[in-house]
Amino acid sequence: MADGARAGRFTRSQAFSGYVMISPPFLYAVLMLGAPLVAVIVLSFLTDGSGGQRIIPEFTTANYAEAWADPLNRLLWMRSVFVSLMVTLATVILAFPIAYYISFVVRPEKKSLWLFLITIPFWTSYLIRVFLWKVILGYSGVVNSALLGLGIIDEPLQWINYNVGAVILTLAHAYAPFAILPIFVALEKIDRSLLEAGQDLGESKAMTFLRVTLPLAMPGVIGATLIVFIPTVGDYVTPQLVGGPEGRLIANMIQLQFLKLDNYPLGSAISVTTMVIVGVISLLFLLANRRFLRGQR
Amino acid sequence: MTVVPDAKPMIEIRDVHKYYGDYHALRGIDAVINAGEFFSLLGPSGCGKTTLLRTIAGFEDISSGAILIDGKDMHEVPANQRPTNMVFQSYAIFPHLTVEQNVGFGLRRDPRPAAEKAKAVAEALAMVGLTGFGARAAHALSGGQRQRVALARALILKPKVLLLDEPLSALDKKMRETMQEELIKLQRQVGITFILVTHDQEEALVMSDRIAVMFEGEIAQLDDPETLYRRPNSRRVAEFIGVMNFVPGKVLSESGGTIELDVQGLGRCAIAASQAPAGGKPTGETSVGFRPETLTILYEGQTAGDRECQGTIAEVVYYGDMTYYDVKLDGVEEPVRLSMRNVPGRPVLDLGARTRIAWSPGALVLFR
Amino acid sequence: MKFSWLRVYSWLYLVFLFAPVFLLPLFAFNEGTIIAFPLQGFSLRWFAALLDNQSLHEAVGNSLTIAVTVAVASTALGIFAARAATRYDFRGKGAMIGLIMLPLVMPEVILAVALLVVFLQIALPLGMVAIILGHILVCTPFCIAILNGAFLSLDKSLEEAAYDLGETRMSTFRLIILPLVMPGIISSLLIAFIISLDEFIMAFFVGGTTVTLPIYIFSQLRFPAGLPVIMALGTILVCLSILLLSIAEYFRRRGVARTGAKDTGGFL
Repeated sequence: MADGARAGRFTRSQAFSGYVMISPPFLYAVLMLGAPLVAVIVLSFLTDGSGGQRIIPEFTTANYAEAWADPLNRLLWMRSVFVSLMVTLATVILAFPIAYYISFVVRPEKKSLWLFLITIPFWTSYLIRVFLWKVILGYSGVVNSALLGLGIIDEPLQWINYNVGAVILTLAHAYAPFAILPIFVALEKIDRSLLEAGQDLGESKAMTFLRVTLPLAMPGVIGATLIVFIPTVGDYVTPQLVGGPEGRLIANMIQLQFLKLDNYPLGSAISVTTMVIVGVISLLFLLANRRFLRGQR
Repeated sequence: MTVVPDAKPMIEIRDVHKYYGDYHALRGIDAVINAGEFFSLLGPSGCGKTTLLRTIAGFEDISSGAILIDGKDMHEVPANQRPTNMVFQSYAIFPHLTVEQNVGFGLRRDPRPAAEKAKAVAEALAMVGLTGFGARAAHALSGGQRQRVALARALILKPKVLLLDEPLSALDKKMRETMQEELIKLQRQVGITFILVTHDQEEALVMSDRIAVMFEGEIAQLDDPETLYRRPNSRRVAEFIGVMNFVPGKVLSESGGTIELDVQGLGRCAIAASQAPAGGKPTGETSVGFRPETLTILYEGQTAGDRECQGTIAEVVYYGDMTYYDVKLDGVEEPVRLSMRNVPGRPVLDLGARTRIAWSPGALVLFR
Repeated sequence: MKFSWLRVYSWLYLVFLFAPVFLLPLFAFNEGTIIAFPLQGFSLRWFAALLDNQSLHEAVGNSLTIAVTVAVASTALGIFAARAATRYDFRGKGAMIGLIMLPLVMPEVILAVALLVVFLQIALPLGMVAIILGHILVCTPFCIAILNGAFLSLDKSLEEAAYDLGETRMSTFRLIILPLVMPGIISSLLIAFIISLDEFIMAFFVGGTTVTLPIYIFSQLRFPAGLPVIMALGTILVCLSILLLSIAEYFRRRGVARTGAKDTGGFL
């Protein structure tokens, strides 16, 4: 009787309703995200079959050995991390002033308009945008035509396209809104009277910015950094289209192993290694900045 | 604000306990609320008053005990079937509906014809002074207007009990005082039981027929305002309601309903047993309490016989109609508060002035 | 308006953001077949060419089917998750929501690869269904982000008031909750639709032989002759996206005005 009553109380309770509510999306995530990720990890420890067999269910660490030993993979990892770091640095640094502008200078009624404008390019086809950067930076592209026309150069510049630089620029453009929005949200949350109090006590504007605004905006900056860094490491389209042979990143290798070379275990090993690299760097970054994240609940 | 002697019980709360996990929010509440009463639950934040209100409404279950409304046990009766209606602290006016639609919302399932329902809505709006506001969009109202809509919306359903959760806390002072008067009038007009939750003791004193003072999940004292004010049964209740002075005292003897007392700074006297803490025999050292207005400053020519004591003015706070003094009575460490109405012939005293003060034995309350 | 470096910077930044987008109509209406300057006169022939293209039509059809399905499914899942997140408290809530939102911060290629592995393992044929499943995974976190805002601004006492006045849980949902979160639902549908329409990597990996619009565009990018048509297509897509986004923004603002809440600007 007591157990029945308690069960009855539970099924009517808040927690039960909560579990019921969240189960459809949660189960979907477990099936479509959790299980596949586990499968990839498992697969990375299995042997690749040649000929007719796809995968031999034999435990092995040979995939990881092969993946890590290959100098091309190591180069791609380093380049991917380097590119991501560059992109993140560029994007976040360029994003901060405009986030600051919208938060502190733009009038309240105009703020959502600015945010709307900033997000529009993001919603247009990523592929086409990357392609257009190819057009802008290409041999007979916009930049070259303009510089030639103005007489600044005699011959089209070759070095602005099909290389790492082009990849960095294109990705920085693509991920700009991802950086602006978290910083903007963090800046908006800052109590304006804190800044006024600083001024009232005799601080200069620069000091107020450095000692009050910037530290309080750090959670947003950290969020922006992660939101840009993690996906860019795995970007495929941009390096494929504007990277040229020296601009390929690790995602292109992953695609190669899975779709062209049919070596799923090796591809999985590369994928898992990539995730671990990304995870470790992100954690290190968070640890280094944890003092900004305390007291944020 | 007198209590009707043959009051019929409307709500009976019997040994109600409520737990949130391990947290014991309501610890054995026993109370009877009468039909037609204006009843208040008063206490500081976190004392459980809103929790208790919500269990009466049916929004929260109780862990043990029983709640009866009009004789019927409310166990297993969900909130939408109880004869209660609630005015929420945030008013909870549906922002996407008009005033009319809000007020008439509870009539949706009513089988009466539309014309009758419209008439009921108009009457309800008139009752709260919002005639003509029917077509207004709900989100365009001021705080006070929203509250009236919430009242109309609840009362149109003619509930047996109206529950109000801190309805005046979001209003500014002037609005609050206006609404206090209006709520009292409304309650008399409609005649049903009102249960009000508030942390403002002044509000409770002004509006209620009876008040339950709650601390930490328990009812400390349940009485009408005057009894609560003049005979608080504990120091905590005494300090929560109004201002109370405490001075040390000694019980000299106690026999047959009379207690001989020696109060520091005031003098000796005999008081009735009812002025001592309920259920306890006061002996030896005790704490004696009295309200500021029970001390009177004696001017030239006024005497009070053996009810006089002496003191020095330590602080003067002038309020226009009243002056509050901090007085250091002879023989007492801490200054006591004294309040005097300012009328001609009774000038405000200066700091440091020596004065004679009259006190009243009948106003004393003993505490443990 | 007084001069300030910050203002100049911000306007330049906007130019930088919109630069590629402005090029689209330039080359779409350009007579010449080479995507380069100088421009060679106004022409509508690339738009006309779009109308004849059979494989393009098929790709568009596939993408639309997928996008509509994904929009509805992701929004539905998003409603469940947002409601659970804002209204209930239960153990493990943070972790569960974290898992659901994880696709937001994972490199998409890894998500695609993982799904590919599983689909092959359970012998699910690669194609439309696989793409739809993958897109739902990617879109749902965005829908949750939008719907979270809508549900957060819903005062809990509104539901209790409706209940107190005699309604049931179902009718409370229909009369009170649904109308008040409707703007959020519409925004969520539109955003999911746009994301699915533009999504390339997932479709590329698990789509098998099914061609979606982005896959079609990707395949055409190799052929210089096909490029102007792609420009025309891109222009149409941009206009469509802007239109849908404006509608989403309109509904968001209307939702804010209707409930008298404060406009915090944007979907976050």
